Amino acid sequence: MRKTCFNMIYELAKKDKRIVYIGSDVGSGTLQNMKEEMPDQFYMEGIQEQNIIGMATGLALSGKIVYVNTIATFITRRCFEQVLLDVGRHNAKVRLLANGGGLVYSVLGHTHIAVDDIALMRTVPNMTIVAPCDAEEMKCLMPQTVDYPHPMYIRFAGDEPILPFRHVNIPFANIVQFSTRPAKALIITTGATTQLAMVIKNAVIMHIPTIKPLDDKAISIMALSTPKIITVEEHCINGGLGTAVLELLNKQGINKPVHRIGIPDGYCDMYGTREEQLQRYGITTEAIERAIVS
Amino acid sequence: MDARSTALRSKIIDVMEASRHGHIRSAFSCLEMVRSVYEVMKPNDKFILSKGHGCLAQYVVLNEKGVISDKDLFDFCKFGAKLGGHPFLEVGTGSLGHGLSIGIGYALADRTRNVYVLLGDGECNEGAVWEAALCASKHKLSNLTVLIDYNKQQSYGTTHEVCELEPLDEKWKSFGWIASHVDGHDIEALRRLLPSPDIGFPLVLICHTVKGKGIKITEEDLKWHHKVDITDEQIKSLREGLNA
Repeated sequence: MRKTCFNMIYELAKKDKRIVYIGSDVGSGTLQNMKEEMPDQFYMEGIQEQNIIGMATGLALSGKIVYVNTIATFITRRCFEQVLLDVGRHNAKVRLLANGGGLVYSVLGHTHIAVDDIALMRTVPNMTIVAPCDAEEMKCLMPQTVDYPHPMYIRFAGDEPILPFRHVNIPFANIVQFSTRPAKALIITTGATTQLAMVIKNAVIMHIPTIKPLDDKAISIMALSTPKIITVEEHCINGGLGTAVLELLNKQGINKPVHRIGIPDGYCDMYGTREEQLQRYGITTEAIERAIVS
Repeated sequence: MDARSTALRSKIIDVMEASRHGHIRSAFSCLEMVRSVYEVMKPNDKFILSKGHGCLAQYVVLNEKGVISDKDLFDFCKFGAKLGGHPFLEVGTGSLGHGLSIGIGYALADRTRNVYVLLGDGECNEGAVWEAALCASKHKLSNLTVLIDYNKQQSYGTTHEVCELEPLDEKWKSFGWIASHVDGHDIEALRRLLPSPDIGFPLVLICHTVKGKGIKITEEDLKWHHKVDITDEQIKSLREGLNA
């Protein structure tokens, strides 16, 4: 997905001089072609997230469309005030490319595990949050990011194809799968965790590529037609997709049981693979199935 | 201090009389610097008052230029007002350490424009300022000028006591900047230095100033850093002090 995103930036930048890329000392060789062919549109800066976000704001306020690339934890926590006051407050066309959203960097420990990023970004007014689930969805998304009139937080997931179709329109949800039998639940999920739900047959599966703003209408309609709602996310249950869905249902006066699957309040204090961490926190297909019948 | 500077300070007191609060010492400290920058700015140039709490200086200068109306100026800090204790003009500032990085973005986006960023000396405590200092010299932003309002006082006490900045010029030079000293209240000296020539490096002007410049009580009493609930008597003493 990351490679797809960078390829798209390169292709889009070739056609549009407004597009600028800023990396924060990331991956040797990243966008080398852009660096060589479009040196005025390529910046590789130091490990200085606060400065880079301010710099991106100044570029965006001068008419540029700025893609900033670094690790999800650093682009959210380290420079949160710059994201909030500089990017958000000025409604600057800055696109934050968040590597390793969720438990991807679990082997690196709590400093690199980004399970609070969505919660943080949801509090930034003007910010749109997107979490495509696979490379093809990223490919559909990227052209829409060029002239989108607000700042964006783009959370990367893996490359493995998940969706059976290719369609992303901000902020519309995707109904991935209708139940062939009477649906026992509505499963709402986002990003890479959509994959966990794909094998489930007795529920409606709704993939949400855009977490903010939510597709209020689609979620409300589907929630009304199913007995329970299950949210699944690779994120802490405080402040993420599940919270956003709860807030929406409350606002709409929809009183249905909601089961949130995610990471409980607490530090991710263990190492291991993403898969091991998903097991630890019960973010699994089996856990979703149990929630459906419970 | 020339008649224009006195008149602008008088206008700041008028605004404070209407609102009963404001960062008067900071505004008086950077007033000549703000004045000078706006004198040399061309239409495409940018100015960022990174020490946003000095905004009364910027407001009265822009009011003088007709950019800010009298009504907006005297609505300062009122509910629904356009202007408050920290500015949101072209760029919003107030949390320290943001302005220089935004200025870098402005300067990179168009190297034909001059970008001026006014920093407080206390603001130089912020790590983000030094991230930006590294970045600007890397990009050889000769169209970027930083003016530091070096009054040597911050909210609690002196910069020496709170967080020593010296040797300030050597610090900037070691970060790849050209550093120069100037009297920050000397309009003629500032005019000679602005806009900065294209010297291949970003320029920092360390502007030596007096916090609260122009009135004895605001110069000497740190409690005037941010005053609230200002009384009629205090307004009167400010006016008398300015005319003394």
